[in-house]
Amino acid sequence: MITAERKPFDEIYAMTEGHDEVLVAGCDTCVAICLTGGEKEAEILASEISIKAKSEGRELKVEHTAAIRQCEWEYLDMIADKVGEFPLVLSMGCGIGIQSMAEKFSPKLVMPAVNTNMLGMPQEHAVWLERCAACGECVIGETAGICPVVRCSKSLMNGPCGGSHAGLCEVVGPDQEETECAWALIWERLKAQGREDLMFANRPPKDWSKSSSGGPRKMVREEAKPI
Amino acid sequence: MADDADRTKLTVDALSAVATAVEVLPTNEGFEPEIIVFACHYCAYAAADLAGSMRLQYPTNIRMIKLPCTGKLEVIHLLKALEAGADGVYAAGCLEGQCHYLEGNLWARKRMGHVKTLLEEVGMDPRRVEMFNMSSAMGPLFAQTARDFTERIRNLGPNPVRPRDGFEPAEVVRAQMGDAALPEAPPDDDTPAVTPVTVEEGSKR
Amino acid sequence: MSEALTLKAGSNLEKVLTAGKFAVTGECGPPKSADASVIEKKVKLLIGYVDAVNVTDNQTAVVRVSSVASAYLAQQNGIEAVMQMTCRDRNRLAMQADILGASVLGLKNILCLTGDHVSFGNHPQAKGVHDLDSISLIRMYKDMRDEKRFQSGEEMDVAPPLYIGCAENPFGDPLEFRAMRLKKKVVAGADFVQTQCIFNIPRFKQWMEAVRALGVHQEIKILAGITPIKSAGMANYMKKFVPGMDVPQEIIDRIAAKEKGEAQQAEGKKLAVEMIKELAEVEGVAGVHIMAVEWEAAVPEIVEAAGLMPRPAVA
Repeated sequence: MITAERKPFDEIYAMTEGHDEVLVAGCDTCVAICLTGGEKEAEILASEISIKAKSEGRELKVEHTAAIRQCEWEYLDMIADKVGEFPLVLSMGCGIGIQSMAEKFSPKLVMPAVNTNMLGMPQEHAVWLERCAACGECVIGETAGICPVVRCSKSLMNGPCGGSHAGLCEVVGPDQEETECAWALIWERLKAQGREDLMFANRPPKDWSKSSSGGPRKMVREEAKPI
Repeated sequence: MADDADRTKLTVDALSAVATAVEVLPTNEGFEPEIIVFACHYCAYAAADLAGSMRLQYPTNIRMIKLPCTGKLEVIHLLKALEAGADGVYAAGCLEGQCHYLEGNLWARKRMGHVKTLLEEVGMDPRRVEMFNMSSAMGPLFAQTARDFTERIRNLGPNPVRPRDGFEPAEVVRAQMGDAALPEAPPDDDTPAVTPVTVEEGSKR
Repeated sequence: MSEALTLKAGSNLEKVLTAGKFAVTGECGPPKSADASVIEKKVKLLIGYVDAVNVTDNQTAVVRVSSVASAYLAQQNGIEAVMQMTCRDRNRLAMQADILGASVLGLKNILCLTGDHVSFGNHPQAKGVHDLDSISLIRMYKDMRDEKRFQSGEEMDVAPPLYIGCAENPFGDPLEFRAMRLKKKVVAGADFVQTQCIFNIPRFKQWMEAVRALGVHQEIKILAGITPIKSAGMANYMKKFVPGMDVPQEIIDRIAAKEKGEAQQAEGKKLAVEMIKELAEVEGVAGVHIMAVEWEAAVPEIVEAAGLMPRPAVA
């Protein structure tokens, strides 16, 4: 699923400058599941903004709402009236939801209250790990179900680099957190599957034209398009 | 009415074109295809009834499954029919523009097109499936369609799917479709929602 | 009496290795400023003591004078260079263009590397390119040289004569895969390999055993990496902070036992000489790669004491 993190409060609050009314819009799908931008979190953010404004003696009308899914026009119809009341919307949806709202309600100001960060998997409750790069050409059938594009810091296609040590990547996370070496994991699982030969074959360069590097992508299901 | 005559002509012409196209295939003597027909209640099934009462001959190879509308057909039903070993499958719905449910037959045609694409993917001849249109008055067209399609499939040969699991393809499809497939006997309150078309092609009354 | 050697590029390093002589390469890190004199000074220290000098490519993701420019300067100053190229900073277009550029400038030796991650360096916000990995890079250069083809498949009129190298870390993980990884590079087309610096010789010998079992030592020229230790502090730093380094405690203790400064440096050089002599005896080791980081001045003494002078002149 798509995960996002709320932007720093100061950055969000700065967006309200010059406005008297602001609506915080949550989304009850992905960002709700990763506990960042659902209706509950939208209400919390609205309350935070209200508290800040009031403590500054500032007149600011803050309300919240939430769409079932911000990226669907029909669901945005359901909150259109509410949105119409406000000159500024702080959307807590993922980048897709924010852009859908901005397009639907254009030219109304729709600002991102979250940083969409990854296609992640909840490893355990409240912990998400990046799993997919949406590269457009999935090779994980050859890498024992582990994505080398996004789980390897260098997107290597042919095994670990020289910096892999004790199953860990040479890259250390922001809080000195260790990252697993994807290729160490791939090697172990390929061995368990008896498919070590996949590790020994030299894989050609990746076709990045299928990823977002090739330009913004579009997908059409011809058979489902209305007549 | 001119429009309907055009549509009739189109369908017959389309059939002729197909019949011509498969002439080049070697005939498979002795092979009797099993064909499943999805017929809509309002038009095609009624046309089949009419063909019957007109004593028009059409092959016994076809097994009919009545639907309220061909729009009820899902891609999976067509695939399951072939997976179960049917040699050919076609849907017969109302004339375009005259569907009792307005666009059901248009969706059926679209889905049929998609199934043809899927069949190409798996290496099966896409001509094993087809979409036809007719009105409830077109008994002769129903019979002709059945004859011509059976001939097409006879020429294409048996479905390469082997072995068959011992189940009748039509029964497999019926089980797959559940309530979507209507019981065979026409209901008593059978009132066709479309006005029967003036029979232009000359019936054998 | 010299036999005619079959050469791919005709570089001095290639000649020495192909003729079966024990090769010595050095390393020089370009400066973090537009100052050619720094490069010239460093490489001049090594003339006559090494067969070629590596010029690093934004090592540890820190911006320095580019490898191709530095390599060219080195050659202009009378010493053959081994240009280094990482996959971190360039896409396949730039890598092919740069090697054609290097080639027209007369450079022949190229070391293909993955590259340290951007987060290690002084521009951690940069976008790491990683269009290719080192194995694809080796293959791409090999095809340019031998097939006269670009990675796209198009043909070119004049192929770049290249002597293609790679790096390998005998101490990296997964350990059992490390010999195989070198084999992958051989299959991709690497002609020579320089290893990460060795301090744990027994463990290196284990890796060489695995390498020999695969027959790889006969398919590629292996140069063992050596870094002379300047101080116990440096050894400690490498042990703790440099990924993939195996620095046995005895070595740190040996250096630390001496007084800081001159005494530790002398011990470091002595140790380096001992290691070179021991490594030269290991079957399959075709040479040594001395990475005297910011201590290029120590190299002539070490090479001399290790009995590797004079450097061979191969026709």
